[in-house]
Amino acid sequence: MTGTKLKELFLKGPFGLTLISILLGFLVGAIVLLIAGFNPAEAYWAILRGIFAKPKYVSYVIIYSTPLIITGLSVAFALRTGLFNIGAEGQFIVGAMAAAIAGYFIQLPMLLHVPLCLFLAMSAGAVWGGLAGHIKARFGVHEVISTIMLNWIALYLSNWSLTLQSFGKQGTGKSHMIQETARIDLFGQWKITEAGIEFIRSHKVLGDILKSPVNLGIIFALLFAFLMWYILNKTTLGYELRAVGFNPDAAEYGGINVKKSIITSMSIAGSLAGAAGALQVMGVGHKIAKLAIMEGYGFDGIAVALIGNNTGPGSVFAGFLFGGLKYGGAKIQDAVGAPTEVINIVVGTIILFVAMPKLIQMLLKFRKG
Amino acid sequence: MTAIDFSHRAVEMSGITKKFGDFVANENINLTVHRGEVHALLGENGAGKTTLMNILYGLLKPSSGNIKINGKTLTISDPNIAIRNGIGMVHQHFMLVEPFSVTENIILGNESTRGFGILDAGKGEKEVKRISEQYGLTVDPKALIQDLSVGSQQRVEILKTLYRGAQILILDEPTAVLTPQEIKELVAIITNLTEAGKSIIIITHKLNEIKQMADFCTIIRRGRHIDTVDVSEVTEEDLAAKMVGREVSFRVAKEKRNPGEKILDIKELCVEDSRGIMVVNGLNLQLRKGEILGIAGIDGNGQTQLIETLTGLRKAKSGRIEVLGKDITNLPPGKIINNHKVGHIPEDRQKRGLVFEFNIAENLILETYFKPAFSEGFSLLHKNIYKNADTLIEKFDIRPRDATLQAKSLSGGNQQKMIIAREVSNEPELLIAAQPTRGLDVGAIEYVHQALVAQRNEGKGVLLVSFELDEIMNVSDRIAVIFEGKIVGILDADDADEKKIGLLMAGGTAKE
Ligand SMILES: Nc1ncnc2c1ncn2[C@@H]1O[C@H](COP(=O)(O)OP(=O)(O)OP(=O)(O)O)[C@@H](O)[C@H]1O
Ligand SMILES: [Mg+2]
Repeated sequence: MTGTKLKELFLKGPFGLTLISILLGFLVGAIVLLIAGFNPAEAYWAILRGIFAKPKYVSYVIIYSTPLIITGLSVAFALRTGLFNIGAEGQFIVGAMAAAIAGYFIQLPMLLHVPLCLFLAMSAGAVWGGLAGHIKARFGVHEVISTIMLNWIALYLSNWSLTLQSFGKQGTGKSHMIQETARIDLFGQWKITEAGIEFIRSHKVLGDILKSPVNLGIIFALLFAFLMWYILNKTTLGYELRAVGFNPDAAEYGGINVKKSIITSMSIAGSLAGAAGALQVMGVGHKIAKLAIMEGYGFDGIAVALIGNNTGPGSVFAGFLFGGLKYGGAKIQDAVGAPTEVINIVVGTIILFVAMPKLIQMLLKFRKG
Repeated sequence: MTAIDFSHRAVEMSGITKKFGDFVANENINLTVHRGEVHALLGENGAGKTTLMNILYGLLKPSSGNIKINGKTLTISDPNIAIRNGIGMVHQHFMLVEPFSVTENIILGNESTRGFGILDAGKGEKEVKRISEQYGLTVDPKALIQDLSVGSQQRVEILKTLYRGAQILILDEPTAVLTPQEIKELVAIITNLTEAGKSIIIITHKLNEIKQMADFCTIIRRGRHIDTVDVSEVTEEDLAAKMVGREVSFRVAKEKRNPGEKILDIKELCVEDSRGIMVVNGLNLQLRKGEILGIAGIDGNGQTQLIETLTGLRKAKSGRIEVLGKDITNLPPGKIINNHKVGHIPEDRQKRGLVFEFNIAENLILETYFKPAFSEGFSLLHKNIYKNADTLIEKFDIRPRDATLQAKSLSGGNQQKMIIAREVSNEPELLIAAQPTRGLDVGAIEYVHQALVAQRNEGKGVLLVSFELDEIMNVSDRIAVIFEGKIVGILDADDADEKKIGLLMAGGTAKE
């Protein structure tokens, strides 16, 4: 009895579908590698080593995954209310910008500065997302269209901010570094002291980890994932948003304010993507730079959400998978000489298989209304 | 009833068992249908009729049992196999693509192409036309699905199965959504089909339809095969008793009541439909406490829009709606439900009444999730939510008794019971019931009618809108007839008869 139940969960549940898709993704990647004349086993081994061989690598994978997990959560959250947040990219950008500005101009002790930067960045993201929600609720403009526009506005706004005398470091296309008090690096200062350097040299594992820009970002990502799960499943707000996502007509009938829910959901989604941008600035880059094109954190978030079946835990899992492939995959070039693009094919195939049934469902839904 | 060829068994299902987890939906069921026969399936809501037919059509895999089609044993593992063997099914809920035309929908997945994958719409259209003329299935092949009435959409579904060469047609509650006129047309179509040697399996809860159309009837109770009877040898009462396992009363017992103060007052209400046509046009109506007011009328005379406006789902153009003396015109639904205590059993339970992906417990709190009983601050009180569900499931006999089941896995009738449980338990002052017994079995209908009468006896107001004249006459205290967006006559139920109402419904006047 339990055996068949387990089997059903794996074969028919979203979990099973995802696992099969992942396997298929690697299979297709292997075929591509074979055709290109490389040994897939060697290449995949190189990726695995690239992820797990050194503590530093694992640490890097976590750092790479952090923003992907959070933008994934952003997209997933909106999708649970039936909204397609293509705008995570723009919300990420305004969040990063807000954190960079607040982190540079404001002087505060760390315990206040970090939360303030995060708060302002999340607010900026919320405005960016909420705007798209508002435009949809008020004028019926589809969020896909408005968020794509808002993405470009965010990009140009961010680039323009760098031209300001006080904020941009002239001639570099970069902003000034944020204050130490606005950073969430672990031991960032201490690492470059004598004692720190000595520690890194003498401790094999910990020292190696410290060579990467370790920061608190992942803690926030996990916290957000938990919050998302909690809000959606345990609160009245989550009940409303899910009802609207599943069946807006029934939600309206039940007395739920559908328009308000759309705005709320997009605002929360926006604030998450904004937080991703802020944490990237506060933990890794410490500044923003001129963007020639979109960096793709938000777009990767769409993939993460889809692979993660639009849940909090799912996004964490998919974010790590994606982050790992991105980081580890970059190493097959050196190891076996295979082009890194193979990794994009693997990721693309996984998404294709995971998303296909869902995408079709979604498109049908959009066509109806 | 003449065309049956007893030497040819079109369908022979034997020993069919279907389990969902531990729940047995079908248990050792046998069903034989001959060529040219109309075979009715009768059973309470959740008895397992749709499940059995889904098995025949390849949508579900039986846990055990054997199926023979035209004498040949088959494993029907998916609908394509069913279609290839001449089986067609029209579902309880239609599966048409709305923005497409009739022809496009019919030839979908079965397109004739002119080579190179270019769609040969002309050929498809001709074929569709030929079939529709042959069986009297009148539809405009070029019309878009979204512009068709429910009855026409159903004809499209039937056409689709015939286009694919169906010899055996399964119709799952085809009449539940039809007007009396459309039902007559369907009966004629079915006769044409059987005369052409096709076999029909029809599911319906309406016993008079079984008497009228079917040759044989198989009765299922709680997943078990109870009996297969020759319809000409039994009465409607026999059928009802076999199906429910007890005597069922078709008349609602209710004693006289004196209605109290005015609870609903509609003055000169005007409402447009989505195309901008004024479909409620200066409507006046009053309802008192302790009264059931039935609105009779042919579908499309503004009933739907009237109810939507009363419940805040559609805006009035002009006029005024008062509940207990307070203006509720154009208030949002939440206000009308909570501040003015108006309950609503919606006409379209799929679209409005339920969130399919929510489980029973979640659906039962759709209007009350934020109340202290179910939430504290921001948090939902899951314990209370499930306790509430268990109580209502027991009280309203929702089957199966499992609050964690998704609404979409319930049978149609049990979905309706869930909505009624929610609306009645919310203790409304005014209950608006639109087609409340659509798709319900006779036992459940009896139950719903009793629930409506109980509301009335408690001094609540009940507004009942139904296309079923029997239901209106049986349950209401007063009957208002709607025609072209106006109330054209109000009769006391005691001195109303079918003829008088029928005349008003067709636009005549009350004086003969
Ligand atoms: N996928 C499923 N998972 C679990 N239970 C199911 C599933 N599908 C149906 N059931 C259960 O099986 C029983 C039979 O359902 P079915 O839809 O066949 O009833 P029915 O006779 O067609 O009823 P109705 O007249 O209300 O349409 C119901 O109790 C239903 O809840
Ligand atoms: Mg059914």
